[in-house]
Amino acid sequence: MTEPTTHALAVEHLSHSYGARKALDDVSFVLRRGAFAALLGLNGAGKSTLFSLVTRLFVARTGEISVLGHDVNREPGEALRRLGVVFQQRTLDLDLSVMQNMVYHAALHGIGAREAQRCGAAALEKVAMADRAGDKARDLSGGQMRRVEIARALVHEPTLVILDEPTVGLDVNARADIIAHVRKLVRDDGLSVLWTTHLIDEIAPTDDVLVLHRGKLLAQGNAQQIMAQTGTGDVGAAFVALTGAVAQGDAR
Amino acid sequence: MSAEPAQGRKGFTLAQYLICMKGIVWREGLRFVHQRERFISALVRPLVWLFIFAAGFRQVLGISIIPPYDTYVLYEVYITPGLMAMIQLFNGMQSSLSMVYDREMGSMRTLLMSPAPRWFVLCSKLLAGAAVSVMQVYAYLLIAYFWEIEPPTKWGYVTVFPALVLVGLMLGALGMLLSSLIKQLENFAGVMNFVIFPMFFASSALYPLWRVQESSPLLYWVCQLNPFTHAVELIRFSFYEKFEPTSFLIVLGCTVVFLGGAILAYDPSRGLLMRKAGA
Repeated sequence: MTEPTTHALAVEHLSHSYGARKALDDVSFVLRRGAFAALLGLNGAGKSTLFSLVTRLFVARTGEISVLGHDVNREPGEALRRLGVVFQQRTLDLDLSVMQNMVYHAALHGIGAREAQRCGAAALEKVAMADRAGDKARDLSGGQMRRVEIARALVHEPTLVILDEPTVGLDVNARADIIAHVRKLVRDDGLSVLWTTHLIDEIAPTDDVLVLHRGKLLAQGNAQQIMAQTGTGDVGAAFVALTGAVAQGDAR
Repeated sequence: MSAEPAQGRKGFTLAQYLICMKGIVWREGLRFVHQRERFISALVRPLVWLFIFAAGFRQVLGISIIPPYDTYVLYEVYITPGLMAMIQLFNGMQSSLSMVYDREMGSMRTLLMSPAPRWFVLCSKLLAGAAVSVMQVYAYLLIAYFWEIEPPTKWGYVTVFPALVLVGLMLGALGMLLSSLIKQLENFAGVMNFVIFPMFFASSALYPLWRVQESSPLLYWVCQLNPFTHAVELIRFSFYEKFEPTSFLIVLGCTVVFLGGAILAYDPSRGLLMRKAGA
């Protein structure tokens, strides 16, 4: 069964605060299916709060979030089973092998061991990690762990994958490698991706971009549209024009 | 995505619930096997008490004939149920530590990403922890057997099993509840000082309560109110193939209360996790 008419992710009038501090202020956007969208913002912009709300670590004070048309709070199970997540922190179980990590994650989604082995192998193949399936997660490099985490997020065949600053702490080559793999998944498999980052150079001109600053969504649309709206020549300049702040990794 | 094989159907089937629970128990078991030092330290701790502490205090503490014992027993025999419960107490608190640690490492978040209802995921995690603690207790009993500490008949090993499962669940649930309240990993030292030691010492694990009552009636009542006392007594009686209804009901009630508290604490809309995130 497919759900062709719904958005991959829809966020409506989402606000959230920690005590007096407002982390998100009336944020609304939709994510097209099969698109790579970058959520761009500095540290403290509200990216992690948005991420926690979409993954239902806690519930938003006001507003609604739906994944493929399933409200995260009313139908959490349905939303979560369509969602693949890569957290900013390392979340692999280092004592287990790569494949055991896959099988464990699949079990959390109700997928039996045999099917999990098959899905796990296919997912590892997509990120070119199939040959490391038997290795202990502890023995992998940072970039390889990230690729395995991406594969793990794909095991239950989600439609939407969200990644919270997945390239943090990686070297230039590993970063380029991770982005290339994720873009390939979007291109070849039609996966919808929300990629949060504070690094301008991870954004391509054809990407959908959401600019989040101090809890407010300042711009959304195709990167080129945003540049045109702000009268700038690149995403970095557009970001500066919108926020008055300088982002890291500005390629200018 | 062209196909969504598992997504057309709504909700979890019974088989999927079982797969999910099995996966959580399997992972806990694998972690336990891989962390050998955890297993060894869990075993060494009660053995130190048994071989050194009990040997030293054997002459000092005389135990009168109190139920479930029909005769005078050696001090080693008396403290064995307390040490069995101690293994489970440490295990429960360690799983609390691992939940705090897990959350900081993010793998608790992986667990909470399961589409299964959160109460089910937490109960599965609890069951996994209890299973590990019961295995630890039997490993201890095996060594104790060679020290000639054993139940009156071999059936004691069987009749103690449900008591161990229930006590494992109660202490695991307490650990889970505490894990939701502890902000930082470092605070486990606080758990040792403020939970493990008081619970262990203010109980019937090391000395019968009538002796406590002789020296301090107030402390006696503290011990009586301590659920760990009843965990120890439940194990003590069932190891001797006897049933202690008061202890059973108290342990069962505490399990329900602690588990309910933990489920509430981990409920996304209650905001305990959010307070941590915002802190």
